[in-house]
Amino acid sequence: MNAPVSERPIGDKVDNKWIGERTVRPDGAEKVTGRAAYAADTTMPGMIWGKVLRSPHPHARIRSIDTSKAEKLPGVKAVITAKDVVDFPIDKSVMLGIQDMRWMCRNVMAREKALFAGHPVAAVAATTEKIAAEACKLIEVDYEVLPWVIDVEEAMKPDAPILHDFMKFEGKPSNIAGKLEHKLGDVEKGFAEADIVIERTFRTKPVHQGYIELHACLVSVSDGKATVWSSSQGQFMVRAMCAHLSGLPQNDIRAIPAEIGGGFGGKTIVYLEPLALILSRKSGRPVKMVMTREEVFRASGPTSGSFSRVKIGAKKDGTIVAAEGTFCLQAGALPGSPIRGAAGCAFAPYNIANVHSVGYDVVSNRSKVAAYRAPGAPLGAYAAECVLDEIAEALKMDPLQLRLKNAARQGTKLAYGPVLPRVGYVETLEAAIGHPHYKTPLPKATNGRLYGRGVASGYWFNAGGESSAQVNINEDGTVVVITGHPDIGGSRASTANIVAELLGIDYRKVSVLIGDTSVIGFSNLTGGSRVTYASAMVVTQSTERVIGTLKERAAKIWEIDPEAVEWENGAARPAGDNAGKFEPLTLAQLAAKANAMGGPIGAGTQLNTTGAEGGFATHLCDVEVDPELGIVRVIRYTSFQDVGRAIHPGYVEGQMQGGASQGIGWALSEEYIYDKNGRLDNPGFLDYRMPVTSDLPMLDSVIIEVPNPKHPQGVRGVGEVPIVPPLAAVANAIHDALGKRFYSLPMSPPKVLEALGDEPPMKAAAD
Amino acid sequence: MAKLHVSTTINGEPQEFLCDAEQSLLDVLRGPLGLTGSKEGCASGDCGACSVTVDGRLVCSCLMLAAEAEGKSIGTIEGLAQGDRLHPLQTKFLEMAALQCGICTPGVLMAAKSLLDRNPDPSEHEVRFWLAGNLCRCTGYDKIVRAVMETAKDMREAVR
Amino acid sequence: MTDVQYVAPGSLEEAVRAFAAASGAARILAGGTDLLVQMRSGALRPTLIVDIKKIAEMTAVEEGPDGSFRIGAAVAGAVLREHPRLKKVWPGVVEAANLIGSTQIQGRATAGGNLCNASPAGDSVPAMVAANATVTVQGPNGRRQLPVEAVPAGPGRTNLAPGEIVVSFTLPPRPKGSGDAYLRMIPRTEMDIAVVGCGVSLTLDKGTCTAARVGLGAVAPTVLLVEDAAKALIGSKLDAAALDKAADACRAACRPIDDKRGTIAYRTQIAGVLLKRVATIAAERAGRN
Repeated sequence: MNAPVSERPIGDKVDNKWIGERTVRPDGAEKVTGRAAYAADTTMPGMIWGKVLRSPHPHARIRSIDTSKAEKLPGVKAVITAKDVVDFPIDKSVMLGIQDMRWMCRNVMAREKALFAGHPVAAVAATTEKIAAEACKLIEVDYEVLPWVIDVEEAMKPDAPILHDFMKFEGKPSNIAGKLEHKLGDVEKGFAEADIVIERTFRTKPVHQGYIELHACLVSVSDGKATVWSSSQGQFMVRAMCAHLSGLPQNDIRAIPAEIGGGFGGKTIVYLEPLALILSRKSGRPVKMVMTREEVFRASGPTSGSFSRVKIGAKKDGTIVAAEGTFCLQAGALPGSPIRGAAGCAFAPYNIANVHSVGYDVVSNRSKVAAYRAPGAPLGAYAAECVLDEIAEALKMDPLQLRLKNAARQGTKLAYGPVLPRVGYVETLEAAIGHPHYKTPLPKATNGRLYGRGVASGYWFNAGGESSAQVNINEDGTVVVITGHPDIGGSRASTANIVAELLGIDYRKVSVLIGDTSVIGFSNLTGGSRVTYASAMVVTQSTERVIGTLKERAAKIWEIDPEAVEWENGAARPAGDNAGKFEPLTLAQLAAKANAMGGPIGAGTQLNTTGAEGGFATHLCDVEVDPELGIVRVIRYTSFQDVGRAIHPGYVEGQMQGGASQGIGWALSEEYIYDKNGRLDNPGFLDYRMPVTSDLPMLDSVIIEVPNPKHPQGVRGVGEVPIVPPLAAVANAIHDALGKRFYSLPMSPPKVLEALGDEPPMKAAAD
Repeated sequence: MAKLHVSTTINGEPQEFLCDAEQSLLDVLRGPLGLTGSKEGCASGDCGACSVTVDGRLVCSCLMLAAEAEGKSIGTIEGLAQGDRLHPLQTKFLEMAALQCGICTPGVLMAAKSLLDRNPDPSEHEVRFWLAGNLCRCTGYDKIVRAVMETAKDMREAVR
Repeated sequence: MTDVQYVAPGSLEEAVRAFAAASGAARILAGGTDLLVQMRSGALRPTLIVDIKKIAEMTAVEEGPDGSFRIGAAVAGAVLREHPRLKKVWPGVVEAANLIGSTQIQGRATAGGNLCNASPAGDSVPAMVAANATVTVQGPNGRRQLPVEAVPAGPGRTNLAPGEIVVSFTLPPRPKGSGDAYLRMIPRTEMDIAVVGCGVSLTLDKGTCTAARVGLGAVAPTVLLVEDAAKALIGSKLDAAALDKAADACRAACRPIDDKRGTIAYRTQIAGVLLKRVATIAAERAGRN
């Protein structure tokens, strides 16, 4: 077999048969024929329908709720309010992963106050969806309407309406729920050494993950035992949340992961499952709940809007001597905005001696934030990478060369703590500099259209964490692998490639299944770019143990020492002194003899994986601007990313392209728009403008492989860093086209036109 | 009030069902008919996940009343493969990793098939605008567009 | 909870009878691309749905011996696009009707529905206004005709009498040297509602504009016929000064609102930009006819 990755020279190409191949995913045929069952695709005998009543007010005290009329409506089987949900008192934090149950219990059902328009205040289960909806209208809620605040800057003002009486910052009532600070060196001293210092303020709007699958679940409680069928980024998270919020013990809840129709972080928390469980327990019937798209926009987590200030100082030769950033992120109704990503990742691509980075977590009357692809990091990078572009412009340096001069590399100490091991950021820059995209001149301004090119880089932490896997050899020599991670973008295909590679068999002989909470050991969320990383580790260990057993069986059959057997190309072979003495025994032959020779063959592994190591990317973006209409179109886009090792290049590219596309939407057209009553004014795909097919060019992706020395296959997380650079890459490209800088997102046509004013764009004048 | 009785053809087979007047075709496909391959992503015609054909014309089944199916011929994702044999588009999508989560895939495939039925040699521009009503949040569309164009090429060569 | 009834009459008379009898609680179903969304969101709860797609007159496109066209109110955009003659004579009208939504929406959405939905941003309406289309309506008191711009009364409201149904659009015969075009501004390339829409139809004689009509959408409570813009074009050779004057007339006609889709300043500015671009395309087409 291959030498352990750590012993290989970095960056070498390994002669693999399946790792690195574009195999057909194990779940593929079901997904292209419409047979794959997503959360809303399942029914149960006797099933009834649940519906949520939501607050119309962005901020209101709930004086009372009268459900009696709804309960009397024929067909209604159960009505619940916050009193049916387990309460977690405000004064005691109970953490479950990154979520605090104090906030979760108030997020799934408003308790003292409704904190955003769309906040659940009651839920109904009835024999039909129509009756459930009618019953919601019969619930009488007595609200004391309160002043509200949505924007993060407004929410930080001293006279802002305060959402939570218990929340204090620096001793005073405040909407600031928390502060995070990273310090390295002495920024005062650093700025004093700088020849140029640029400081700018940036603003962004909340954006939604935009998964096409609606939140949905089906829950059946019978004899105190619950089965939860739902799509999420973690069935174990669903089970734990349901247990906490319903009071059932975990062994009485079986959470079955349906196929998941996109999540991007937004399905790392629950909205409906605990309510359906409690409704099912109360009604004695299986309860199905499906959100409408409007509910998804109003009440499931977008990511934070933000207000940031970034200051960077550099010497004339381009050496960055100091960087300072303040990132204020809008958490929504309850604490938890991703300040760690913003403050931690903003300056991480650079070796800077003096850094001060601060994040503020600010609550406001909007739905509670949920994770969104590299949470917080795009906001930090947007500000930092735009300021860097100005530094490069002021110093008349190529923006990629400026980055290369300051690039973080092995040994660089980052402000948030770590000293980097071998990483591939420099390689992404060098690849971008040498790529035909960067060398190809932009189109000449014609027909009034202007063209520009922008670059930006990005960093994401990546994550390890708990994973479990079971690898079983079937009697015919085929293999079943069970992991605990919902497959959101092709991870089953990566797992099949790894197992096939290790066993030396065709990948089509490997089935990969996602186990429910009763079948497989604890596995943490599909999130943090961790699934292929961590499941590869547990799957590798399991498979290596299976190979150990296979070698033992062969040794037993040959009556030689197991150490004298090697596993190669799908068969046990006698090695050393015994080499050539016996015919190799294939996996299928050993499997057929398994029961006679000691029993079934299989192995399970459970690990808390470590060593994920961060990921870097650099993006190039070309835009075309119609300065009369203010319309910006991306016409060419190339991503360069260090992925460690691409187990399945097709799905690695898919992550790079998907992240770029979401980032382009964030930059140009996506935003939460509120009306004067504090309600979301664009809760649908018509006016929440995600990129459509005709908005985008091909999204070229250049995979760079600098293997992670801490991983058996060299994997680094790939899913999240692709959304980090695009915001700034697009902004910098627009500047290149127009000679104007934009400090707020989205860079929508009215904003572009307003910024251009009556003057012709600089570049047009020059042409 | 009494339900409406509708006689229609679905994927070439005669089919009858009962529905309420306000039920959409998607409601009936996914509910009583059990054809859950068509997905609801928005119920407003903005995402295309429920795309089906009606007498050969591509529509969003969320924007058509079930009652309107009377006498029509409906094509859904469940009828795209011929028995066990996948349609070339389905095969190509798998080979080229043109899906990630897969929730938009049935609608995208129905739309792509409808395009290739009309235009065996579409340009990238034509593919992109034909599919503009099918939202995909995972892929950035790159591999979808390439897979459609590659399938068209294969199908043209097969005809030759 | 009142239940909804669905009827699909085979004749216009039956449809009018059923529609009028329900007195305001009924809705006409053509393509349904607005109606079903409104029903699903709870904004609308009709007691009767009258499906007009089984009525022959409403689903046909016919070219008259004089070169006029009659377009049934329930003809889907995709059918219009596939009509070889209509596309040639009235490319602007066909383009506008084909900008209503995606391919899927095109399979259903109709010009009749677009007009009766009475959104100021309906794409087909400014093009129809520019084309000088006449609308035939039929109601309990018989049939009448009115100019297309007389139908909308305000956002979501029409000037149709109770029980009246839009039957068809008539596009007048085309003099030689005529061309039309429609453009709209949307933030994306597809799938958006027009922030501003502009239709121009004009006739050229040796390079001089002898007739013109300008329709402007999404800049006022109803789609506008901008006569001052047409006047600025007529008699000119569509030179820069004439286009500027017409663009200014469009901007002067704007009475837009600030909303999630655009600002007053933006819409006003864009109306003029679009006028120039649309007039240029229409003139180019006119030069070829």
